Formats: sequence, C-alpha cells, structure tokens
Amino acid sequence: MTDSIGSKRLVVGAHYGLRDWLAQRITATLMALFTLLVLLQLIFSSGPIGYDTWAGIFNPQWMRALTFTVILALTYHVWVGMRDIWMDYIKPVGIRLGLQIFTIVWLLSCMGWAVQVLWRF
Amino acid sequence: MTEPVRNRPEFRNINAFADLPSYRLPAAGWVSILHRISGALMFLLLPFIIWLFDKSISSEISFAKFKAAFNIGVGIYPAWFISLVTLALVWAYLHHLIAGLRHLYMDATHSVDKAFSYRSAVFTLALSLGLTVLLGAKLFSLY
Repeated sequence: MTDSIGSKRLVVGAHYGLRDWLAQRITATLMALFTLLVLLQLIFSSGPIGYDTWAGIFNPQWMRALTFTVILALTYHVWVGMRDIWMDYIKPVGIRLGLQIFTIVWLLSCMGWAVQVLWRF
Repeated sequence: MTEPVRNRPEFRNINAFADLPSYRLPAAGWVSILHRISGALMFLLLPFIIWLFDKSISSEISFAKFKAAFNIGVGIYPAWFISLVTLALVWAYLHHLIAGLRHLYMDATHSVDKAFSYRSAVFTLALSLGLTVLLGAKLFSLY
C-alpha cells in the first residue's frame, strides 16, 4: 500500500478530489439563477409572450454575455456529469474513451451552435 | 513514472438484468437514478434544445415556425411528437433542477440524516411530476 502514495499514486479517473465536485455545484448554481432571471422576466412581462418579449429578454448586451457564460457553464457541467456516467457503467477502456471523445465533440459542437444563435439575431 | 496498482480485487455481486428489476429502491434512490437519466436525456437532446432556441429567437418568421412545430409539426415530425419530446425535456429539466437544489441544500446544511433524505426525496419527486403535469397540460393546450 505505502508505495502507491505520493508521486506513485494511481492517477487515473476523476482526480479523486474537490475540483469537479465544486465546479459541478458552482455551474449548477449559475444555471439555476439564470433560470430564475429568465423566468422572472417572463412572469413580469405584460401581455401575451410573443417574439418581441422573448427576443427582448436576450437582446441587451449584458444578457448575451451572461447567456454566453451560462452556455460555457452548462458545457462543463454536462462534461463532468456524462464522464461520471461513462466511468461508472462502461468498463472497457477503449469503448469508454470513444464515448468520452463523442461527448466532447457533441458538447463543443452544440456550444458553438448555441453561441452563434445567441449573437446572430 | 506512476505504476498502476496491478490485480486489484474486483467485487461484482449483482447482475444488472437478473437482480436490478427485483431491487426495491428507496425514494432517495429513485431521485438519484432519475437525476442521472434526466441529465443524460438532456445531453442527448441538446441539439433539439438549441434548435428550439434558434427558431424561437432568430426572427419573427422563425418564431412562427417555432410555434407551428407545436401546432402543425415540422418536416416528418408531427406536432404531437414534438410536444411529447418537449414534455420529456420539461420533466427532465424540472427533476434535474429540483434534485440539484436538494443536493445543494444538503451540502450547505449537512442535512444527511435518513428522515430528511426520505422527506426531501418524496418532495422532489412530487414537485417535479406535479409541475410536469401542470406544464404538460399547457403544452397540449388543455387550458
């Protein structure tokens, strides 16, 4: 046992530490607050919610910047979550690596698309 | 260089297909596995979510298409199918959010006893399903 600590410790897996646990909670809090912010703006808008109300919420530059940050937070949050799922259920290293690569490609593609949508309208 | 520990003992005492269906999960167990399932579902449907965001916000014309997707359908997908997938997403989001807030609350207050675990798990399941029914009725134009 004693030869598997310090510089010889087993360095595979999820870093066995605080970083991802904390990141998961910080990104989650950010997304929950963002949900509340959008929801409150919808609730306190007057009249039926049409295109103008909806686009108006995301139109200010600060809201676009904040939404951008939330998209980044979401991407990291989903990466940590999906990687946990693959590590728990998929044991063969090759298949797990393949699924992790798929997850990264899927997430970064979605992120790029979402950011484009955000700044295009 | 680090040497991985060789020949670690592995204990595999359940068979997913033979044993899992007969397991009776406590409420907190249901919240936990549904937290995973709802998260994975939203991950897989991420392109659909961005597509909805794209259509809803790009222009007046795309907003009309967004609304039509739920009333008439879009491409090969009928309106009921779009609505059903959206309903699944509504549930997934609500469950994931409420179960996540439960996590944060337990972390912050160290509420890790059995009684709180059970009460908050039942609350999570009831609130997420209740709100899903409420919003689902709206989604399918029942009120």
